[in-house]
Amino acid sequence: MADLTADFLGIKSPNPFWLASAPPTDKEYNVRRAFEAGWGGVVWKTLGSEGPPVVNVNGPRYGAIWGADRRLLGLNNIELITDRPLEVNLEEIARVKKDYPDRAIIVSLMVPCEEQAWKDILPRVEATGADGIELNFGCPHGMAERGMGSAVGQVPEYIQMVTEWCKKYYSKPVIVKLTPNITDIRFPARAAKAGGADAVSLINTINSIVSVDLDAMAPEPTIGDKGTHGGYCGPAVKPIALNMVAEIARCPQTHGLPISAIGGVTTWRDAAEFMTMGAGNVQVCTAAMTYGFNVVKEMISGLNQWMDDKGYDTLDDFVGKAVPNVTDWQYLNLNYVAKAKINQDDCIKCGRCFAACEDTSHQAIAMSDDRVFTVKDDECVACNLCVNVCPVEGCITMEQVPAGQIDERTGKVVSDDYANWTTHPNNPASTAAE
Amino acid sequence: MATSHQASSIEAGRLSAAEIAENFGDLHPQYEPHEAAVAADRCYFCYDAPCMTACPTAIDIPQFIREIQAGHPESAAKTILEQNILGGMCARVCPTETLCEEACVREAAEGKPVEIGRLQRYATDKLMEKGVHPFSRAEPTGKTVAVVGAGPAGLSAAHRLAMLGHDVTVYDRKAKAGGLNEFGIAAYKSTNDFAAQEVAWLLQIGGITVEYGKSLGAELTLDALKADFDAVFLSIGLGGVNALRATGEDKGGVRDAVEFIAELRQADDLTSLPVGRNVVVIGGGMTAVDAAVQSKLLGAENVTIAYRRGRDAMGASRYEQDLAATKGVKLMFNVQPKAIHGNGSCVEIELEYTSATDGTLQGTGETVRLAADQIYKAIGQTLQDQPDGLALEGRKIKVDDAGRTSVAGVWAGGDCASGGEDLTVTAVAEGRDAAMDIHASLIG
Repeated sequence: MADLTADFLGIKSPNPFWLASAPPTDKEYNVRRAFEAGWGGVVWKTLGSEGPPVVNVNGPRYGAIWGADRRLLGLNNIELITDRPLEVNLEEIARVKKDYPDRAIIVSLMVPCEEQAWKDILPRVEATGADGIELNFGCPHGMAERGMGSAVGQVPEYIQMVTEWCKKYYSKPVIVKLTPNITDIRFPARAAKAGGADAVSLINTINSIVSVDLDAMAPEPTIGDKGTHGGYCGPAVKPIALNMVAEIARCPQTHGLPISAIGGVTTWRDAAEFMTMGAGNVQVCTAAMTYGFNVVKEMISGLNQWMDDKGYDTLDDFVGKAVPNVTDWQYLNLNYVAKAKINQDDCIKCGRCFAACEDTSHQAIAMSDDRVFTVKDDECVACNLCVNVCPVEGCITMEQVPAGQIDERTGKVVSDDYANWTTHPNNPASTAAE
Repeated sequence: MATSHQASSIEAGRLSAAEIAENFGDLHPQYEPHEAAVAADRCYFCYDAPCMTACPTAIDIPQFIREIQAGHPESAAKTILEQNILGGMCARVCPTETLCEEACVREAAEGKPVEIGRLQRYATDKLMEKGVHPFSRAEPTGKTVAVVGAGPAGLSAAHRLAMLGHDVTVYDRKAKAGGLNEFGIAAYKSTNDFAAQEVAWLLQIGGITVEYGKSLGAELTLDALKADFDAVFLSIGLGGVNALRATGEDKGGVRDAVEFIAELRQADDLTSLPVGRNVVVIGGGMTAVDAAVQSKLLGAENVTIAYRRGRDAMGASRYEQDLAATKGVKLMFNVQPKAIHGNGSCVEIELEYTSATDGTLQGTGETVRLAADQIYKAIGQTLQDQPDGLALEGRKIKVDDAGRTSVAGVWAGGDCASGGEDLTVTAVAEGRDAAMDIHASLIG
């Protein structure tokens, strides 16, 4: 049995599955139930400054997109930070931490971009006994209009400044949560590191309008007759989050900076993928909001099973293992040649590969009168579209053409030398190979 | 007071009204919208889809399923109805398991095809529930066409001709239109008087006059029709029923299955319809299954289908055979009627076992007797009352691919005409195609 214990910034948790700062971690009642279900840690829903709490809308806060059987694929929200008084939250955090010393409790914070505001709140958070803080520089709606959330996360200088304040007034780990609503995630990550952050967590939600009510002529969710953009999350955002995690993990300036990955984690596999991309743990929200706290049980058993199958004893055995294989396009081996191969025994003759290739790719699939589909090796560029659209998993495969054989498309012998764009003769900026 | 379930002889009221209502409920109820969305999502939108090729009316099935999936079943219905104006009934009665759904790639992949028939029903029902008729007539051509027989072929031809601007008069020997949609097929496939509703919906196109109680050989002659109209389309079906050629065939309790089915379809109260305790149906086609299953659903204790050949040769699909078996009908293969016994009314049927040698069926000499107070003959129908002068092919009116008979100006389609299987959907296709040819000849 693999050991799923996670040690993130010295904060131990029995597994790497934390609940992200969001409605599931809004109060003592939820968090206790989450821990009972097996969650390794929580990031308590974002606290604001002392004083009258924020108010939420009294209409719908969420919008969604679904698959055919109402499988929720993407969720967006316009909820703000906690709308409960600061004192109440702090008391509850202290109580829960005392009862669950083996679980991680991180407190998410968002106060105005003034040193005094942070100086005021940090000692009170420290007094709860929570394991660390997460700076919410990501929330893209509502709070950003008030100069907080992603309004800070979009300005690297602000990130660094606030992080420095936090490190000054708080002794435990400081995690900076990044917004994806920027052009290059490495800049805010570098700023966090420069400010002394112990880790970054990402991604926060993506600016989004999930749908338009075509009768009301308004974005959804609609409050009265108006809607606003919200933050998008759930399975649909995972590819975006994976890339951003990888970018930080492989950037020389931020490589090694601990990462808590967030973005559409729904099953053990999503978690494993993020962790191989350099994340020390993962945070989950939408999966819990869709299916309840018990989803963590599959994540635990699935990760266990996979680690056992692969012979990984601890998380460290695979964290970051895929990072060295993430590269820039220009370094991909242009001498690697593959061709699609259709397994006729598995083929159900739907013709989707043909339609996709014929209409939108390289006209490299032939269709006979009796619906036998075959790849034309002299046209196939191995784009993989046929594999992606084929409804039968494993029916179409990409087969590498071994070195020494002729690529029928180019008429050239396949070389096993590595050669990329930087040295390619068509590249005006290439350096002479000889 | 309901008769006891076990009552001997032929009695009405074997089952309570509630049991009858349950038994004759919709075989495949309409999908709920969410079910339809999920079922539609299973379609792979195949290139040059095999289902479409397998459909006698060549409905663009991937297209209409995609329209359902995207939430506009009304346009899905229009896609269906453009090819098959009786798409609603065909969705209910087509043997999809031997047509589109057999060809579905998901049948090949996992033995579970996209439920094309039920999706088609969902789309067409949604449109018809709105009372929308999505087609309108072209400018009047001034041409007139007579259609004899208001069954699927005749209605299909009439609608297409009316849509193209011709004035159509449809004649039918009965007091109601619909043909076998109205008088044939099992009641649980066409609930809530759907056949009549569909006819009324179809006639909304306008330009079609229906005259009831008129048939060829009686009130009508082909010569007169040819003289009065610019073209004639014959869709007179198969009015005759084959004889058993077993001794005792004339005894009481021995009936044609089509007559029983028609009576059942027209009955206002099925509890009042008498049925035997022991029913034997002779035949192997859809009519045999419809008669047998409905006898069982009316409360018959023992119902047997006796078919002279093996299971594989049976006209009814395996799906229909299994449906019959599920309802408690016993299927006997390789038996043929030899004699019907009884004093006045039938009491027993004597069946002789058969074996086929080189395709030729022969009795083995060994016989078996089954108790039978009702015997239904379902061994095929024959052409009847066809006008003189029309060339025949086999026992049907000879037509070419366009539905032209040997007589100029006369077309034919549906069960009475040669070519194609005797299916509703085939009749619709033949009616439609003949209409297009008539149109071309009238306008060209």
